[in-house]
Amino acid sequence: MTKETLYNYTLHLADNALILAQRNSEWCGHGPVLEQDIAITNISLDLIGQARSLYQYAAELKNENSGTGAVTEDSLAYLRDVRAYKNCLLVEQPNGDWAQTILRQFFFSTYQFLLYQQLQKSTDITLAAIAEKSLKEVTYHVRWSSEWVIRLGDGTQESHDRLENALDELWMFTGEFFTPVGYEQEAVNAGFGVDVSTLKVEWEQRVNEIFAEATLPESAAAGREGAWMQVGGKEGVHTEQLGFILAEMQYMQRAYPGAEW
Amino acid sequence: MEVISNSSVQKIWSILEEVCDPEVPVLSVIDLGIIRDVKVTKANEEEAVEVVITPTYSGCPAMDVIRMNIRMVLLQHAYKNIQITTVLSPAWTTDWMTEAGKEKLKAYGIAPPNLKQQVCNTHLFAEHEAVQCPHCNSYNTRRISEFGSTACKALHQCNDCQEPFDYFKCY
Repeated sequence: MTKETLYNYTLHLADNALILAQRNSEWCGHGPVLEQDIAITNISLDLIGQARSLYQYAAELKNENSGTGAVTEDSLAYLRDVRAYKNCLLVEQPNGDWAQTILRQFFFSTYQFLLYQQLQKSTDITLAAIAEKSLKEVTYHVRWSSEWVIRLGDGTQESHDRLENALDELWMFTGEFFTPVGYEQEAVNAGFGVDVSTLKVEWEQRVNEIFAEATLPESAAAGREGAWMQVGGKEGVHTEQLGFILAEMQYMQRAYPGAEW
Repeated sequence: MEVISNSSVQKIWSILEEVCDPEVPVLSVIDLGIIRDVKVTKANEEEAVEVVITPTYSGCPAMDVIRMNIRMVLLQHAYKNIQITTVLSPAWTTDWMTEAGKEKLKAYGIAPPNLKQQVCNTHLFAEHEAVQCPHCNSYNTRRISEFGSTACKALHQCNDCQEPFDYFKCY
């Protein structure tokens, strides 16, 4: 029971990192300026690295259970279908314009930062080690995306409007972060998971601080209290976006199983 | 199986001096501070070597090359039984970079990392780092981008000599 919970919980963390990395990598060669193209793809690289550590661990857990070596980090990334993915809905949302990409990163990195701070204290030493390491990278992601939220919000009328549009688009996907599903609750009970519902207050506080500097409507987050939130991704019920991401990401391995270069 | 003495271990450490970071070729893996331990054991008259390494950034593609290069250099020195183990905790920090390594970086035109305790912390808008220009030594520099040509670097520019330069950011 606990093994299966640990496996699901690890996969959830890995899928978040991988899918956001895949989305960000779509900017490669298309960034607004060279430095920011490099920045967003660097963030992708960090997230892929984190996803790899987590998938390797998940594969180890799965193989221990089955007594075979059938599952690998690659099979987990390339050979699972939509319903088996456990990422939050936010990370699979399209890049949209630069404002939407930035806001998605800011919302996620702020959440991931708070989550990994707690996960460092996990009773599972592998998860704790991955969190401890990743946190250093996530700190840079939070800093970079916060600066961009401020730059866009407090920039021109055009950039400000775009950021507000992004907020309208993405806010409904932020509630899922703090709504634990079955395996997260079991992970908390077993001592190795983080109770995500406790992260909400600090997350909103940090978001509001940056929003205030970005001249977004006073307490944009608080103003949306009680807004309808979309959930389901963590349990495999995704928006239509994920299927397209997987189709592109998994195509080669599906068409040419085991291909390497 | 017996655990082997210092001299064998010291020999491995000196061999590892030959392995360089493929992205920053002036730094050896020892300068970088990613070698956490070297263990030598002896079974049937043959020495078995275990090198324990820790990655720099989670996604750094150089790590695979470094692992391979460590294996290659040990093979060249006639070691056959080689194991390379990766550990994640305690997480690597730029504070583990040697002083010699920092000097080599600067001579190569990359500003070496500041000490972590000074500025690099999880507080969001910590004081801006004073990064020294590796060319003219001025501290009057500005950050152009938090992310540079590799995961470990940021892009800065000197306000005095106007040269752009890489900064090996603290981690």
